[in-house]
Amino acid sequence: MQNTLVEQNSPPVDLKPRMSLAWVGKAFLIALSLLIVYLLGTNLAKNPSLFANIILSGLQMGFVYAMIALGYTMVYGIVKLINFAHGDVFMVGAFVSYYLVYRFNFQNWPALFFPDMPPMVVVVIGTISVIIIAMIVCVLLATTIERVAYKPLRNAPRIAALITAIGVSFFLEFFGALNFVFSPRFIPYTRPFEVVAWYIDGSGIHSIVAGTQPPANAITFSNIFLIIMIVSILVQIFLQFLVKQTKMGIAMRAVSYDKPTARLMGINVDQVISFTFAIGAAFAGLGGVLYAIAYSSINTQMGILPGLKAFVAAVLGGIGSIPGAFVGALIMGQAEALTMGFISTPMRDAVAFAILIIVLLVRPTGIFGEPENEKA
Amino acid sequence: MELGFLIGSVVKIGAILAYLYGLLWVLGHKKLWVKIVGVVAAFAIVQLAFTITIGDSTILNEFDSGLVFQAASMTMIALGLNLIYGFNGQFSLGQWGFYGIGAYTAADITFRWINGDSRGLLVVGIGSILGAVMILGIQKWLSRLRGVPVLSAFTFYLFGSVLVGAVAVVIGNALNPAISPLLGSAYEPGPLSQGIWLQIVYFLAIIFAGVFAGEVSFLFGLPVLSLGSDYFGIATLGFTIIVNTLMLNSDTILPFPEMKGGRGMIGIPKLTTWFWAFFFMLMVIIIMRNVIHSSTGRTILAVREDETAAKAMGIDLASTKLLTFVIGSFFAGIGGGVYAHYIGFLSPGTFDFLAGFNPLIIVVFGGLGSMTGTIAASFGWIFFLEGLLRVLLGQMGPDAPTWRFVLYPIVLLLLMLIRPQGLLGTVEWGFLKAPFVRPRENQHTASDVVEG
Amino acid sequence: MMTPVNPSTPVLEVTGLAKIFGGLRAVSDFNMTIQKGELVGLIGPNGAGKTTAFNMITGLYFPTHGEIKFEGTSVVGLQPHEITRMGIGRTFQNIRLFSNLSVLDNVRIAYHFHSGYSLTDGILRNANYSKNERELTEKTQDFLSIFHLNKFEGEIAKNLPYGQQRRLEIARALACNPHLLLLDEPAAGMNPKEITELMDLIHFIREKFDLTILLIEHQMRLVMDICEKITVLDFGEVIARGTPVEIQNNPKVVEAYLGKGAANVA
Ligand SMILES: Nc1ncnc2c1ncn2[C@@H]1O[C@H](COP(=O)(O)OP(=O)(O)OP(=O)(O)O)[C@@H](O)[C@H]1O
Ligand SMILES: [Mg+2]
Repeated sequence: MQNTLVEQNSPPVDLKPRMSLAWVGKAFLIALSLLIVYLLGTNLAKNPSLFANIILSGLQMGFVYAMIALGYTMVYGIVKLINFAHGDVFMVGAFVSYYLVYRFNFQNWPALFFPDMPPMVVVVIGTISVIIIAMIVCVLLATTIERVAYKPLRNAPRIAALITAIGVSFFLEFFGALNFVFSPRFIPYTRPFEVVAWYIDGSGIHSIVAGTQPPANAITFSNIFLIIMIVSILVQIFLQFLVKQTKMGIAMRAVSYDKPTARLMGINVDQVISFTFAIGAAFAGLGGVLYAIAYSSINTQMGILPGLKAFVAAVLGGIGSIPGAFVGALIMGQAEALTMGFISTPMRDAVAFAILIIVLLVRPTGIFGEPENEKA
Repeated sequence: MELGFLIGSVVKIGAILAYLYGLLWVLGHKKLWVKIVGVVAAFAIVQLAFTITIGDSTILNEFDSGLVFQAASMTMIALGLNLIYGFNGQFSLGQWGFYGIGAYTAADITFRWINGDSRGLLVVGIGSILGAVMILGIQKWLSRLRGVPVLSAFTFYLFGSVLVGAVAVVIGNALNPAISPLLGSAYEPGPLSQGIWLQIVYFLAIIFAGVFAGEVSFLFGLPVLSLGSDYFGIATLGFTIIVNTLMLNSDTILPFPEMKGGRGMIGIPKLTTWFWAFFFMLMVIIIMRNVIHSSTGRTILAVREDETAAKAMGIDLASTKLLTFVIGSFFAGIGGGVYAHYIGFLSPGTFDFLAGFNPLIIVVFGGLGSMTGTIAASFGWIFFLEGLLRVLLGQMGPDAPTWRFVLYPIVLLLLMLIRPQGLLGTVEWGFLKAPFVRPRENQHTASDVVEG
Repeated sequence: MMTPVNPSTPVLEVTGLAKIFGGLRAVSDFNMTIQKGELVGLIGPNGAGKTTAFNMITGLYFPTHGEIKFEGTSVVGLQPHEITRMGIGRTFQNIRLFSNLSVLDNVRIAYHFHSGYSLTDGILRNANYSKNERELTEKTQDFLSIFHLNKFEGEIAKNLPYGQQRRLEIARALACNPHLLLLDEPAAGMNPKEITELMDLIHFIREKFDLTILLIEHQMRLVMDICEKITVLDFGEVIARGTPVEIQNNPKVVEAYLGKGAANVA
């Protein structure tokens, strides 16, 4: 019997020879890159020392982003959650250090107990203890958030946890903005130590005397830059070691790869997840303190954009990859500084996202991400 | 006093939702005379509510009507987002950006019009029509070639858009001298910039704003929708931020001095009446319902349910996602136009990406994949947050507005912990339900049927 | 346009097909020719690369090497939906229904390209919409009744009993109007009675829809009973092909399934 339920002809599919036109897209990208190279090149030629200063300020920003991005990339790698509250943990870190330094003068505690300690050592130990306390507070905060807001939703649809994360983020920002908490104002930040700056010109490195200007075509940098750079690189090395060499790191990788199997292997998955949040929060707190020291103004909403950029950096580098987050953050920092320097300050956020979109189009899993095969 | 206000507000929300429901029911009715009588009655009811006074105020006062307008535009935005995210499964944070684009576009058209400049309408109108033609044309051409990479297709559309934009500007500048004498100036309105003509321009402005937002979403969505779900979310968040940046610099980076950058655009004619607000909202609701319950709408759902299976059913994922994204953004653009002409003042702060989470939260609250839930949640949200909390907390001193944002994440957290699928899940009520399908008796003879 | 299919052209002709995932050769040098109307089985131990071969034929994976011709036309590099519309339907090993949609909608989605009305008609709800939507629905209902699924039509797909889900997946694949149907382990998880029903169903649809069928299966009873030809894969390579009887007596096949030495014992 002739079947009447199904029409006999499928819709026609045009079977012209394959003609991919891939070159159009490539040409577009190449033209875009040439434009950027041209723009940077002319600016480099015009004023090399300005260019170098911008690169340095971009590096400083990038190193801060790197510290935040690590938390994003690890948390996303393990629970596939964009932890929006991470940027606010960063903010809390900055505020804790503000209160310690400004209200309690805490960075001077070694001098109270050991009066003969040289001031240099006092400052170093004092600052380190301020940072450590800020990190501890951040760890406590993040693990509490994880326990209260994310853990109950581990088996709910992923969006539920994301919305919760957004909620927690709003809560921290606006609770902090209440007048009896941190207040919504921009608060000038008191640094625990003095800024020392140097400049490099043709004749070598000179320190800048307070109140004087460095020569016009000199490259300047400060102790804050050096500290941020060194700390950020150390954090990077430490995490690389943690993930690759320690038992906890191996457990983290196992959990990120396959949770049920990891559980069967006797790994305490919940503990590993909490640990991941804690590590991320610790470095976010560290980043928050350094950010506040570097840019010397804090506000309850200060975590939003750096947090977002750091997440973009993590995606750019290949989410889940620690070196990726680092490289992505440096790229973000440069993109931002160069845009501010040579295009226009307000466009810096736009450029950050434009770069993200282009990179994802060319390499859908980010720079260091492993290519993913879809399962069918 | 507070208790009375509270009860009054809840009653009002309920009444408005019931009213909406009744209106939709009437519009969905088969008989023509029911439709006509119903619409006239509906019109009369609201008109009465604004005129009949009880005690010393009308039943619906200025404050209420403001809330209704906001709720109507929020409904459109949230429905669009629900289409993209709830029905199609593409997690988007870009809806707020398209809302902003719609608001600024529509506002610019009418603002220029009443100030004696017809180029806003001409350029955007011609541009969006030509743009649609260009997009459809290139799409047709590319669909005949096989395996064109996304980036190449995007390059074509991008150059096409630039070309279309240039053509529109040239034509607009050429035609403007012929029209502008009829417009007069802000102080001496000409024949075309008042009365019925102004209403027509308002209508066109909003439609073009929606189409323009849709076209931008096409250009943006084409490359970005091919990314994975979370990456798409971040890219769309970036989009909202970029749009906001452009708004903040609309007078420096963009050539629109009348938008006044971060200071905000003032002097937009307040043309949105409750009639227009309801008109556009009903239009969006009906389009949305009809899309969802069509064959294409089912493919939209199929993509959400299982992309691989959808491919195996012959569904073109990329174009289905793009279509959904464009329709959703169109709704947001319309919502933006309605909002701009209600408030009369646009500030980039309104379109900050943080506020962009609101429609997402509304959609999740009402239930992903439930139009009924989205509409109810939009109204409830505006009344709760803008009305109730603002008024109640207003008595609490300077921290009051902040308290609002402290309380609402807590409500959100509780909701997510207690009912993560949203209030209504995927349930639809009445008019918004899928058309009823009559179960059929088995009409086949035994020989046709395989034993089993 | 569609070129008229020469009756002697094989429905499916696969030559030198290979897929490499990282370092893993999931499929290597896979050749297969299926003539119109044949019912061919593809068997092999777990991880042999059977599903991967299906995924390449249906365009979900891009082959590392090789050529796939469907009714004489190369389909390598086509999008999966284009291949489906050319006439290759498939089911999945782990059932992939649109699980939150009704049974009726699952099949209506597959009918989308025969819906006869555009989105504009749908938005305007004009006469064209009403007429075609009604016809589409009735057609679907008739179609479901062939598969004894009509009593479930309003049911959400994920609430169906397992056997019915398999049945629905086959029905849905057929609604795309394929000339070639690929079934990936249709009998997985079924009890003997259900397997018998499935065999009847396969015979029935083959007659009724004039189909060519390629199926992957671990249930030897089903394969040996209904397939006319069998190809055996092991570690991505074809180790044997022939009729069920030939395959059953092939020592290489027995070895692949039971391990080395088993052939002698058997
Ligand atoms: N997307 C992928 N990425 C990496 N490896 C894959 C992928 N898909 C399949 N493989 C690997 O290819 C090999 C063949 O897998 P395939 O699913 O084709 O086997 P199969 O013959 O269908 O087995 P089964 O009988 O268990 O279904 C397996 O080793 C599998 O792990
Ligand atoms: Mg398989």
